[in-house]
Amino acid sequence: MLDSKIPAGPLEKKWTDYKGHCKLVNPANKRKLEIIVVGTGLAGASAAAALAEQGYKVKAFCFQDSPRRAHSIAAQGGINAAKNYQNDGDSVFRLFYDTIKGGDYRAREGNVHRLAEVSANIIDQCVAQGVPFAREYGGLLNNRSFGGTQVKRTFYAAGQTGQQLLIGAYQALERQVALGNVTMYSRHEMLDVVIVDGKARGIIARDLISGKLERYFGHAVLLCSGGYGNVFYLSTNAMGSNVTAAWKAHKRGAYFANPCFTQIHPTCIPVTGDHQSKLTLMSESLRNDGRIWVPKKKDETRRPNEIPEEERDYYLERRYPAFGNLVPRDVASRAAKERCDAGDGVGTTKQAVYLDFRHNLINKYGRTEASKQGIVEPDETTLVALGKEVVKEEYGNLFDMYEKITGENPYEIPMRIYPAVHYTMGGLWVDYELMTNIPGLYSLGEANFSDHGANRLGASALMQGLADGYFVLPYTIGNYLSDEIATKPIPTTHEAFTTTENAVNERINKLMGIRGKQSVESFHKRLGKIMWERCGMARNAQGLEQAIREIRDLKDEFWRDVRIPGSIDELNAELDKAGRVADFIELGELMCIDALHRKESCGGHFREEHQTPEGEALRRDDEFMYVAAWALKGEHDWELNKEELKYELVKPSQRSYK
Amino acid sequence: MKWTEFFTSSVGKKLVMALTGLFLISFLVVHVGLNSCIFNDLEWFDPNDNGRMFNKAAHFMGSSVVIRIMEIGLFVGILIHAIQAYVLYVQNTSKRKIGYKVKMGTKGSTWYSKSMTLLGTLLLLFLIMHISHFWVPSRVTGTLDPVQYGDTHTHDLFARMVAVFQNPWIVALYVAGCISLGWHLLHGFQATFRTLGVSNKKYLVMANSAGLIFSILVPVLFALMPISIYLGWIG
Amino acid sequence: MEHYIMNLTLKVWKQKNPASNGKFETYQVKNISSEMSLLEMFDVLNEQLISEGNDPIAFDHDCREGICGACSMYVNGRPHGPWHGTTTCQLHMRAFKDGDTIVVEPWRANAFPVIKDLVVDRTAFDRIIQAGGYISVNTGNAVDGNTIPIEKEKADKAFAAAACIGCGACVAACKNSSALLFVAAKVSHLALLPQGDPERRTRVLSMVAQMDKEGFGSCTFTQACEAVCPKEISVTNISRLNAEYIAGGLGSDKDYGHQ
Repeated sequence: MLDSKIPAGPLEKKWTDYKGHCKLVNPANKRKLEIIVVGTGLAGASAAAALAEQGYKVKAFCFQDSPRRAHSIAAQGGINAAKNYQNDGDSVFRLFYDTIKGGDYRAREGNVHRLAEVSANIIDQCVAQGVPFAREYGGLLNNRSFGGTQVKRTFYAAGQTGQQLLIGAYQALERQVALGNVTMYSRHEMLDVVIVDGKARGIIARDLISGKLERYFGHAVLLCSGGYGNVFYLSTNAMGSNVTAAWKAHKRGAYFANPCFTQIHPTCIPVTGDHQSKLTLMSESLRNDGRIWVPKKKDETRRPNEIPEEERDYYLERRYPAFGNLVPRDVASRAAKERCDAGDGVGTTKQAVYLDFRHNLINKYGRTEASKQGIVEPDETTLVALGKEVVKEEYGNLFDMYEKITGENPYEIPMRIYPAVHYTMGGLWVDYELMTNIPGLYSLGEANFSDHGANRLGASALMQGLADGYFVLPYTIGNYLSDEIATKPIPTTHEAFTTTENAVNERINKLMGIRGKQSVESFHKRLGKIMWERCGMARNAQGLEQAIREIRDLKDEFWRDVRIPGSIDELNAELDKAGRVADFIELGELMCIDALHRKESCGGHFREEHQTPEGEALRRDDEFMYVAAWALKGEHDWELNKEELKYELVKPSQRSYK
Repeated sequence: MKWTEFFTSSVGKKLVMALTGLFLISFLVVHVGLNSCIFNDLEWFDPNDNGRMFNKAAHFMGSSVVIRIMEIGLFVGILIHAIQAYVLYVQNTSKRKIGYKVKMGTKGSTWYSKSMTLLGTLLLLFLIMHISHFWVPSRVTGTLDPVQYGDTHTHDLFARMVAVFQNPWIVALYVAGCISLGWHLLHGFQATFRTLGVSNKKYLVMANSAGLIFSILVPVLFALMPISIYLGWIG
Repeated sequence: MEHYIMNLTLKVWKQKNPASNGKFETYQVKNISSEMSLLEMFDVLNEQLISEGNDPIAFDHDCREGICGACSMYVNGRPHGPWHGTTTCQLHMRAFKDGDTIVVEPWRANAFPVIKDLVVDRTAFDRIIQAGGYISVNTGNAVDGNTIPIEKEKADKAFAAAACIGCGACVAACKNSSALLFVAAKVSHLALLPQGDPERRTRVLSMVAQMDKEGFGSCTFTQACEAVCPKEISVTNISRLNAEYIAGGLGSDKDYGHQ
């Protein structure tokens, strides 16, 4: 059994007690300690900034041309915080409880409670940085509600919340760069962790412009490299999002936890054809105002606006009267798949459902606005016009984006949406201090597995990234580094650096030496297809077993026949991608192994063999109430380590949103 | 921040352009007002004026010490405005050593806003001609005919105008100069206010409208002068 | 939306590295769907080039949903192509028709040197932010978010300015290669908020000084920047920057290292 090092004591006191008792590093010693941060999204940028503010010497790495481009920037809807500004009954406990329940009882109570505790500080910190959150006319912060909760606790900046939060963290980071506390390495990709005497002591990074391998020392290494949704090829992740940093750590001995827990987001723009390179999310916040439906009649040919009310099936409202369109993401996604599989889908591909704003445009926003303006008995056209103005302010950028991609105006015609891979709850196994099982190697944000269990609630990813970076790791890392103050910087000529760099070099040369026939992209697409079909929204033993065989074959074929043009010593996007896809292939196999071993349905992991008579997910707490942390033993060979999940406060029950 | 720093940054240099531009705009108001006195010779007003009102006004201006000092300021203003403009032009164009194959052209911007240096150069050439026509004989060589109105002895600048604007080519050049001025002002007037920090929408609308009226009205009035004389409406 | 298939001619800037001379290469692409994005069309072309044993075209891109600011193609004489308020990645092929020739160039400005093909170095923007594009608040110093009420109109204006994605289209479009819209967006964002007030003067002066050092030109208000900005950032922000500059420059006794 793995030790998660959760402090003793009552749940609500754990973090306070921990902070009161953890070891500290004095300011003079902090200046002697170097920390490597890989990735500059919300978790990485906030950690790098916060650590540098404390006086540590930080080296930050990102593969993009600027830290501001990390994919946290694309998060749309908002960030949760237990502020209870709306006086609607929110509290730290309720945010904690919702997150645990939303995660289908596969997250750690201690971590999640801490997350809920620090959530309020995040909002304050971001406001102080100048993040322009939405405000009421009185000048105070506004909130919206988000899927899976019954309180309004989500802070937002139109549909660009991630952007605004990331720019806040980026600015804090750049301030530290200017002060000389952070050295920034952009267009650099981490390709291995250097381990000296069992502790993480540095990384090998590749300068993506010159292609040179470089060695960097750090007393500790933080991996804040995001999620691995791109294993499915098509996802809402950025094109460059990858698992490589985390996977290299895994190959050096770090456990990979719950890899099969993938979140499929219900509201994305559907695939149009084989050319599709990525999928675009339409924020979940749209479900506050949009109603999801499919036509009742099979093979409906009428345009959506021509279909009368009584011939529409608002299937979420029908199946889940209490939460309606606001059920958690996994529930909404499966329901959409179920309708489309039943042949009720819409659009040319029949793999889509409608998300319709007309009702709320008229009744919610139009009427409020009309009464504000003193318009008595407004007609429908006036209501639509008035409603549009309000909706524009709330989601204008999303509607514009939808129109650019599809060529259809969502103010007039209902959006067509379909689920797509969005977030990965699994990741590197970390303890309460966010340290992996390798001493000195930490993982933050989406790259770790810790807070969301089997399904993440909307607006919680931003919260977790910033919580880890600003308010958790800056405390917990002291507990480790206080014992390292006597450790002198290890010169990068040390043998461990040499052998690690050689291994990286060898792999790159091997990749370049294959000179096969098929492009990297074609392998990635094939991997994605296997994963989506067999390890996607619904999984079964037979499919997963087949997927494992297919992925193994794909791996062989990749290493025999991939074609990478160009050379090593130049900007070579194909080579960068080849390394990432090679890692995705290995990860894909592990995901299927994990999905196969978890003979239950929970959150984003739905095993067709395990469902209630109504088709809802059926958890098996007696057997699977644990975190599956996999250790790599050899090629195609992993060992399962279990971390038992103990619920002290919450009583796990079958999630019900009816 | 030192004054030298303040006026030499990329923003500071534009402030110099805006401040001198604003000064030149204020000069135009005086200049067009004064010269419009020649229209008093029109049939509608006083066909027997023969430039009397204009010459008297010109005399007043020429004999005022304040105005003579302003005149020096005006030359300095023009020089600074022109030199700074050329410095900026050279510096700005050097910021893109390799250009585009397909040019932006006027996508998103007006041609005259992108051609301020060209329009300014035309105006500068025009000014040289204009100064040599009127200011030099009046102030430097003193070759104008004398004229007397009551006790006032002055020189007949009006007669000089009438003489100069008998040549159709010169009239054409003056009209061209006025057109350049119009385009130059159409961009320059409102951009001056933006450079001086006007960001309020209401004020920007005012600056834009005032700029539009100014950059049509002033050049039209100026252009009407040589035209009226050439066509014999005046003189 | 009806979609269609097209064949196109592409003229694309190819340049091996910063030191070498680049030139335009001509490519033919076939069976391009109007539903593709421009970058997906480039993916198709690159796959074709790889299969023919040629070098693919290097270009910056990442999120492909118009928010990261990585993509940066100058398409047919316009940064980010013909659509208004759109990044290159959101430009879809229905903007073109069968038989069209599309000319694609990298951002051109001395301050944005070409790294390879269509990839340019925009780290100058990071250095401008380093010069003062932040509010100096260490983690943990913050007071409760609602203790600072902000007038909604100001908050909205600050948000509109903060929408900048740092793509550099403003520089690419400007005849002077000025970065003033980028700088002004950040100065406005922070100057409009009470939290940004204490550093208001130093911020604008330092950022302008850094912009000048990086080799960007000055602003002539042709407004080409606003016209191509994918986030439609208004040039009134530049006016606001000028006002901030005047107030800061006249009010401050500190030196800012302008050349």
